[in-house]
Amino acid sequence: MALFEKVLIANRGEIARRIIRTCDRIGIKTVAIYSDADAEAPFVKEATEAISIGGTLAKDSYLNIDKVITIAKERGVDAIHPGYGFLSENAKFVERCEEAGITFIGPDKETMEVMGSKLLSRNKMIEAGVPVVPGADGRLESLEEAKQVATKLGYPLMLKASAGGGGIGMKLVQNEEELVSAYETTKTQAKNFFSDDQIFLEKWIDEPRHIEVQIAADKRGNVIHLFERECSVQRRHQKVIEESPSPFLTDSLREQLLEAAVQGVKHIGYSNLGTMEFIFDKDGNFYFLEMNTRLQVEHPVTEEVTGLDLIEWQLRIAANEILPLAQEEIKFEGHAIESRLYAEDPKTYFPSPGKISKLVLPEGVGRFDFGIEEGTDVTPFYDPMVGKIIVHGADRNDAIAKKRKVLEQMEVEGITCNLPLLQRIMDAAAFTTGNYTTKFLDEFNK
Amino acid sequence: MSSQNVVSPIPGVFYRKPAPDQDVYVKEGEAVKTGDVVGLVEVMKNFYEVKAEVDGVLKEFLVEDQTMLEAGQDIAVIE
Repeated sequence: MALFEKVLIANRGEIARRIIRTCDRIGIKTVAIYSDADAEAPFVKEATEAISIGGTLAKDSYLNIDKVITIAKERGVDAIHPGYGFLSENAKFVERCEEAGITFIGPDKETMEVMGSKLLSRNKMIEAGVPVVPGADGRLESLEEAKQVATKLGYPLMLKASAGGGGIGMKLVQNEEELVSAYETTKTQAKNFFSDDQIFLEKWIDEPRHIEVQIAADKRGNVIHLFERECSVQRRHQKVIEESPSPFLTDSLREQLLEAAVQGVKHIGYSNLGTMEFIFDKDGNFYFLEMNTRLQVEHPVTEEVTGLDLIEWQLRIAANEILPLAQEEIKFEGHAIESRLYAEDPKTYFPSPGKISKLVLPEGVGRFDFGIEEGTDVTPFYDPMVGKIIVHGADRNDAIAKKRKVLEQMEVEGITCNLPLLQRIMDAAAFTTGNYTTKFLDEFNK
Repeated sequence: MSSQNVVSPIPGVFYRKPAPDQDVYVKEGEAVKTGDVVGLVEVMKNFYEVKAEVDGVLKEFLVEDQTMLEAGQDIAVIE
């Protein structure tokens, strides 16, 4: 018997295609929903059924909970896969799925709510004995309190919105003067963007690296890790390159990190796939940053080194199966690198919608998780990430060599894209030596 | 009296407010100075401020809030 008869995919682009691929392989029917702007997109043709959700803006289409639930009911689906972004971390949507008797492929509403709050999740991790960035454990009630906390912690500090994310709602403050001027604006920004004006202070980490741990947990309390991904190559707090294993970690540091991630996830009673994000300082101290309670964009990196299909794991866990493998059965082989192709200027990161007049992807080497094809439009309405290029090598040098070759053979015409930047990164000394921090791209691409 | 059109440099969705629950940047008939923000254009989750390039009075908006713009499209008239 199949895990589910029919799954609705509440997403678009490359991740919708990725989910369809696994569902096809294991015999599950798929329902794609698409906005007016996406009527001609490849994922629409590839799903078993495709239903227009109408609208073009995200809020009128992929973020419209009422419409998604109505279509899911009409089509008789038994589960919904949210992909990443859009409704994937929306607790209200999870509740609506539950009310409709449809399985949400992800964690339960309560856990999602706790981990969606930087302050609540921080406190949960302290309870679990997982290191968090030194800082205030509660929200700031007043500017006076903020000043006192800041003096105790010592500058520089990060002023952060509890509900923040994606680089919005955080401000580096070097001294009391900057704290005073940032306090109200950060609070207002938090209220406007996230409808939650709780803010708090954390120690600023210099020379930071961003390393995350993929975890998998079933509904019976079994939790395992699927190793780490190094994600320090970022622009505007968004990832550009991810790799596994991290070139920064020693075996013993890796072991500590993976153990901490599993410990934290066990404590909150999480189920399904999730990612624990950590920040490392230059001395190798690491601290919990946040948990993403969904599939990550960069999940193929983990799939390449472990040989697993993470979408299949999500489906199995959601269908109440026990984890397909135990920790000691998880294999790790070679080295994988993913590069994200953005429809944007490689230097200014200015978005560039348009028609893909030519798309050449080399054959026989590399994996291409793309939302676009030759002749399709990249519209201005959604994320500029149009595809991911993943290679798997025997070791890091081999993976870099393969990646260079693949990127060199690729051709993208009709839009401005960051392919030249992706190529240059593979030749940058800081990258090839593995000696890079989250500051790398800002300095390299000045 | 001369007038000048405010033009969007990029395609995207036009917004007159900085956030859904806030007031518009400028009301029709209000005075604006060079550099004042008159609206936002969202393209691929990035927001760009559209600014007045002359001092004057914002006479009227030529597009509705939350509509799709082409690159080079006129947004408003400043007199």
